[in-house]
Amino acid sequence: MKPRLTRTLLLLALLACTTLLAACHRGEPAPWRLTDVTGHMPDLDFKLTDDHGKAVTGADYKGKVVLLYFGYTHCPDVCPLTLAQLHVVMQRLGPLADDARILFVSVDPARDTPDVMHAYVNAFDPRAVGLSGEPRAIEALSKRYRSAFTREPDKGDGQYEVSHSSAIYVFDREGKARLLSTPANPQDDLVHDLHLLLSPGAKS
Amino acid sequence: MNLRAARLPLLICGLLIAFTASASDADNVKASQAWIRVMPGGLPSGGYVVLENRGEQTVNLRGVRSETYGEVMLHKSSTEGGMGRMEKVDSLPIPAHGTAALSPGGYHLMLMKASKPVKVGDKVKLSLQFTDGSTLDTDFDARPANAMDSDSGMAGMAGMDHHSH
Repeated sequence: MKPRLTRTLLLLALLACTTLLAACHRGEPAPWRLTDVTGHMPDLDFKLTDDHGKAVTGADYKGKVVLLYFGYTHCPDVCPLTLAQLHVVMQRLGPLADDARILFVSVDPARDTPDVMHAYVNAFDPRAVGLSGEPRAIEALSKRYRSAFTREPDKGDGQYEVSHSSAIYVFDREGKARLLSTPANPQDDLVHDLHLLLSPGAKS
Repeated sequence: MNLRAARLPLLICGLLIAFTASASDADNVKASQAWIRVMPGGLPSGGYVVLENRGEQTVNLRGVRSETYGEVMLHKSSTEGGMGRMEKVDSLPIPAHGTAALSPGGYHLMLMKASKPVKVGDKVKLSLQFTDGSTLDTDFDARPANAMDSDSGMAGMAGMDHHSH
């Protein structure tokens, strides 16, 4: 009886060690420099209209690494700055960037028609897509990623500003939410992480 | 005698003081790196400039007028708490012997209602207005939407500089 118990205990200890070792191995420093949101945010999913006026869903971007950003075209400073920075990021990625898409989602669909969006996104990068649609569909998408936007009061001449979340959400080729980039992150971090996601044989 | 001898320096001093006092805000300010991020289809564009105050007193930029843009507003962007926001600013102080920069993501001019399309490569004259009523005409370079700053080669340079693998 006794040797048997010892053996069981030994076996258990061995098992524990193996598990621990495996855990240690898995716990190797995370390769990401941006905030890893894997498993904490829902997959890419929406029903919107692209800047060619075509109805699109999240599934249409399967196979591409997606950078999702909320903004609006009447935003003269921060939105263009972010998109210009993303353009530089795409340039730095070289040919790898062909497998990435910048999805610029308008939080101001009343003014941002597909035509306006088309001219706007193409002024920044050929791999940028402008998405607009029903206010309800945009709200659903923004809520899905806990992104927020508010329309500021009209100044009386039909002009108004929209406050909006400044984060960039990164999805892998399977449409899984992977990373979150904020204005505080240096551009190098975004380039570094996208490089990892886009490289052949990248973990997904 | 002594009094007489002191007169000339006094006069010079007085003149100097009068001259310094009469130097307008605009006389003390030097504008550089002035550029406009031209947006397509008549959308509002951002204007940026670095203002250097060589005077002894703080100078306040109160507004900007332009023949090209029907409406120009002084704005400030912020990204506090993860939210991008813009607010109207009444004036921007330029400290004595210091600089104030209007740059992407911070203070900027919001240029609206262009009377004619502004094309990349154009020079657009904007008249900077200070609180003492003086004005400083400045030529702003019209740059592409995806420009990073006033320097034309910059976006390309960043692409060449660091490649991470």
